[in-house]
Amino acid sequence: MAHMTPTPVLEPGQDRTMILNMGPQHPSTHGVLRVLLEIDGETVVRLMPDIGYLHTGIEKTCEAKFYQQVVPLTDRIDYLCPMTNNLCYVLAVEKLLGLEIPPKAQWLRVLLNELTRINSHLVWLGTHAMDIGALTVFLYCFREREEVLRLFEAVSGQRMMTSYFRVGGVALEPPLGFFDRVRDFAGYFPEKVDEYENLLTGNPIWLMRTKGVAKMTAEDAIALGATGPTLRGSGVDIDLRRDMPYSSYEKFQFKVPVAQEGDVFARYMCRVQELRESTEIVRQALDGMPEGPIKANAPHVVLPDREKMKTQMESLIYHFKIITEGFAVPAGEVYQAVESPRGEMGYYIVSDGTAKPYRVHMRSACFANLQTLSKMCEGHLLADVVAAIGSIDIVLGEIDR
Amino acid sequence: MPLSPAITDLEQLKSHPAVARLHGWNAEAVQQVKFDRDEMTIVVDRSALREACALLREDPACPFNFLSDVTCVDWYPAEPRFEVVYHLLSIPKKERVRLKVRLNSSSVTIDSLTPIWPGANYFEREVFDLFGVRFAGHPYLRRIMMPEDWEGHPLRKDYPVEGYR
Repeated sequence: MAHMTPTPVLEPGQDRTMILNMGPQHPSTHGVLRVLLEIDGETVVRLMPDIGYLHTGIEKTCEAKFYQQVVPLTDRIDYLCPMTNNLCYVLAVEKLLGLEIPPKAQWLRVLLNELTRINSHLVWLGTHAMDIGALTVFLYCFREREEVLRLFEAVSGQRMMTSYFRVGGVALEPPLGFFDRVRDFAGYFPEKVDEYENLLTGNPIWLMRTKGVAKMTAEDAIALGATGPTLRGSGVDIDLRRDMPYSSYEKFQFKVPVAQEGDVFARYMCRVQELRESTEIVRQALDGMPEGPIKANAPHVVLPDREKMKTQMESLIYHFKIITEGFAVPAGEVYQAVESPRGEMGYYIVSDGTAKPYRVHMRSACFANLQTLSKMCEGHLLADVVAAIGSIDIVLGEIDR
Repeated sequence: MPLSPAITDLEQLKSHPAVARLHGWNAEAVQQVKFDRDEMTIVVDRSALREACALLREDPACPFNFLSDVTCVDWYPAEPRFEVVYHLLSIPKKERVRLKVRLNSSSVTIDSLTPIWPGANYFEREVFDLFGVRFAGHPYLRRIMMPEDWEGHPLRKDYPVEGYR
């Protein structure tokens, strides 16, 4: 259906070059990415990504939903970091409303966001290593990812599409014993990162496939709109969690890994160090978890507890009103950005004063990061294209939305 | 934090680096300023957009060197119908500013920012695809999300959610 016509057209530039189609079903493109390559022997002359195969029009759908109904849609944009998308959306709506969130909810959000980062980076590390030929790492990574998904299931009832955050707080109190399980995980996880590093960081084959491959300078990365580890791997020291903090991140101490080389190995090192830093943030969140409510005191916006709804008339009325007609949000516009595992995830929401958003735009990190691929690969070997695609950690659901 | 009313008085906002820079350069290009919910919005004239961005990017005091996002809002049936929205970020100073350009439905062409930030390429293609706004000087202005032979621009407000039947 989509893209039946052979576009975008890439005509061979010279007699000696040929066009090679990579994807959309190529296993190493992490979804349905089509890459058109003009090659001269083994060398890539031009590279052009073709996207849009997963476009579902989520931004349009949002305009027809109440504000609270958009939360489950945000999970489905990027299925590897649902909580980050939840967080970014609810932060934007809370900013529009001028809503204050209780500390416990903020800390829970930080805790779950860092677990999400670990989850996302584990999938990235496993698949990236598998693309380059190191099969074992994939199995190791998915072993630990399984535990993170079990934690998500415990807290939200879902392994992937969590939809756990609400405008004004989080949906439920975490179950009994949840924090002990997280503490247990944070205790043994750094050893597991050592295991991955033992398999890769000093491995001569891994070094040959990643060092000096798909290089990008800091100037190019900034000009092309790259963010996250793709930008930090080129030596630009910016992390929104530290530099423009949200959701109480200013109360946590952590390092931002930066590498100077700008190659695949530099981006790999940034992400692997982030796994350790995220574990550290999880530990701090557990130690300092404040007591108190998990929802803001805003009955017009936040659904009442089930118990109150069954015993108090007022709560029942608020519940009925929020479910049937939503809550009105004062007119205005905000742009809220968070540091997702892939870079700057931003929500631009325009409200016209009604209960449905007038416009929701998602600034996707991989959408911009994908533009760097041509810069990384042109003039280099065809075999390195796979390493380059893995190193920018793309999720096509987020790119196409 | 309860909401405080938006500030739209230019005199009060001149201390913001981006407002000061643009107003000092060409007062007529700055059509409106607004400071709301801790975010600065500057509405600039369509003809001044590219130069304004080049200036902000090279501003020695606070260089807005990173283009975060380009998008569009359709205010159908009001005129000017389209607002093209640019979010700039200053990586050294950790500041954000939002630039806006308003377009009438009779003339939906605007200068492309690809000569300043090559990264504007995909964002502008997306706005072109979903809103039908044309970007003059764009190197490859084709549909990016929808199939090549698609009719209409889905994120326009007069385009039904279920699509045309």
